[in-house]
Amino acid sequence: MGIDPQFLDTEKIRKDFPILHRTVHGDKPLVYLDNAATSQSPQQVIDTIVEYYSLHNANVHRGIHVLAEEATALYEGARDKVAEFINAGAREEVVFTKNSSEALNLVANVLGWAEQPYGIRPGDEIVISEMEHHSNIVPWQLTAERIGARLRWFGITDEGRLDLSNLDELINERTRVVSLVHVSNILGTVNPVETIVKRAHEVGALVVLDASQSAPHLPLDVQALGADFVAFTGHKMLGPTGVGVLWGRRDLLEELPPFLGGGEMIQTVTMEKSTYAGLPHKYEAGTPPIAEVIALGTAVDYLTAIGMDKVAAHEHAMTEYALKRLQEVEGLRIIGPATNEARGAAISFTLGDIHPHDVGQVLDEHGIAVRVGHHCARPVCVRFGIPATTRASFYLYSTPAEVDALIGGLDQVKRFFGV
Amino acid sequence: MQLESMYQEIILDHYRHPHHKGLREPFATQVHHVNPTCGDEVTMRVALAGDVISDISYESQGCSISQASASVMADLLIGKSVADAREVQETFLQLMQAKLDGPEFAEEHEEVLEDAVAFAGVAKYPGRVKCALLSWMAWKDATAQALADTDSVEFEGKGVKA
Repeated sequence: MGIDPQFLDTEKIRKDFPILHRTVHGDKPLVYLDNAATSQSPQQVIDTIVEYYSLHNANVHRGIHVLAEEATALYEGARDKVAEFINAGAREEVVFTKNSSEALNLVANVLGWAEQPYGIRPGDEIVISEMEHHSNIVPWQLTAERIGARLRWFGITDEGRLDLSNLDELINERTRVVSLVHVSNILGTVNPVETIVKRAHEVGALVVLDASQSAPHLPLDVQALGADFVAFTGHKMLGPTGVGVLWGRRDLLEELPPFLGGGEMIQTVTMEKSTYAGLPHKYEAGTPPIAEVIALGTAVDYLTAIGMDKVAAHEHAMTEYALKRLQEVEGLRIIGPATNEARGAAISFTLGDIHPHDVGQVLDEHGIAVRVGHHCARPVCVRFGIPATTRASFYLYSTPAEVDALIGGLDQVKRFFGV
Repeated sequence: MQLESMYQEIILDHYRHPHHKGLREPFATQVHHVNPTCGDEVTMRVALAGDVISDISYESQGCSISQASASVMADLLIGKSVADAREVQETFLQLMQAKLDGPEFAEEHEEVLEDAVAFAGVAKYPGRVKCALLSWMAWKDATAQALADTDSVEFEGKGVKA
């Protein structure tokens, strides 16, 4: 992937994150290794929410009083920030949703309702992969069932990579859309987006990218990626919960039908019929999560000030160190790529026969927060013949000392269960 | 350490050497329950002789708490009348809901709970209560089905309804 590993000044960064200074279970310092589930927020993001409600709260786009204008300016200002963060061609291509799941549901539904040339028809094919998060599986299953389309998927190799051996057969002239995860939340795999986009566009299929685990962790350039839709979520990138982003190519979003109907997304309403607003508001029905959107803007500022290339370099260094130390633990098996190429900072593993639940419990007792279970990717667990995994995932404030703590904790786990 | 209060020796023992494991015949009903948040699953069969539970057999995969709980439950309930078994199950459910009062509740109901008192510590960890209850809920479901009309439709258990 060509990333030079380089740690950030985490001591300085961690000062901005109040929660990282908590102790848990009495006096144990929190070792937060569950960033793939959600990230922590810096004080600046927290302050934005407080400041908004203290000084600028009003509904957006509708009022002419000064508070409404302030709120609107802040809200649309955040849209500009996000558009720049992902190098969108136009600000109208950035739609705020509730989260990634909603963004993916939006695309899966409107493609089901659309007329030609974009609409999915009976007998058409939709391609996803076996390593998808449930939020990039279920919406397509629903659409396929409702339309009478056929859902197909890429398999996973033993190393946890996308199995591209049948690429040209799997993506063919009947394929209307390919929806793929950029970086897997359970395996850590970074998928070859270029290869997929090239093939999909050859056959006239649209490409949707689930960037939930990539937008927070590496520089994202939607124009360079070439996908037609990109979904990601605020709470995984230092922002609050309740806000997500769908980026979509303008010409597509203009043609496609609306998703949710209501106030804000209309132009004129009569009892018989309504006309719809232009982009992006066509896809933002009702009062949006205003405070959360503005706070997401602050999160974008924070990340931009550090530099996403530097964030990626830090995580690359963290992952390298973590993989090295984890592979020294006897009985530990990494599920997913065991090397640091094309690999993100989420590492899933099993530890002998000890159930991940029990691993997570002992680690928690030591103040170490990991995630255990399916990680909303049950097909991956089935593919590797395991009931669940334990997953440690890092971010820009994670330190090598935290990896050491994890390894120490795993030692305790083995001792406790008499392995 | 806190953890020892949950992972009593009895629990770890049953985890390493589970009793009554395996699916056996004859049986009246079979159910399949899962805990979708963590991957614990159990397939359970209940056999009745009149109103006495003659066998509880199961296949399961999951964490130590869920596995040990199935084993202890089978030990406790096999040979009891359905009525007595339901009393034990109700009491165990209340134990799981007791939160910090788990140990006290367990002591007060030691006679009914027997070895299941070992799970008193689990009540302090809400995330693990479902693990302990999985097999008990499966048993409750299987027994209810066995006692219902003989042509009731078999359905897949939908997980823990604690």
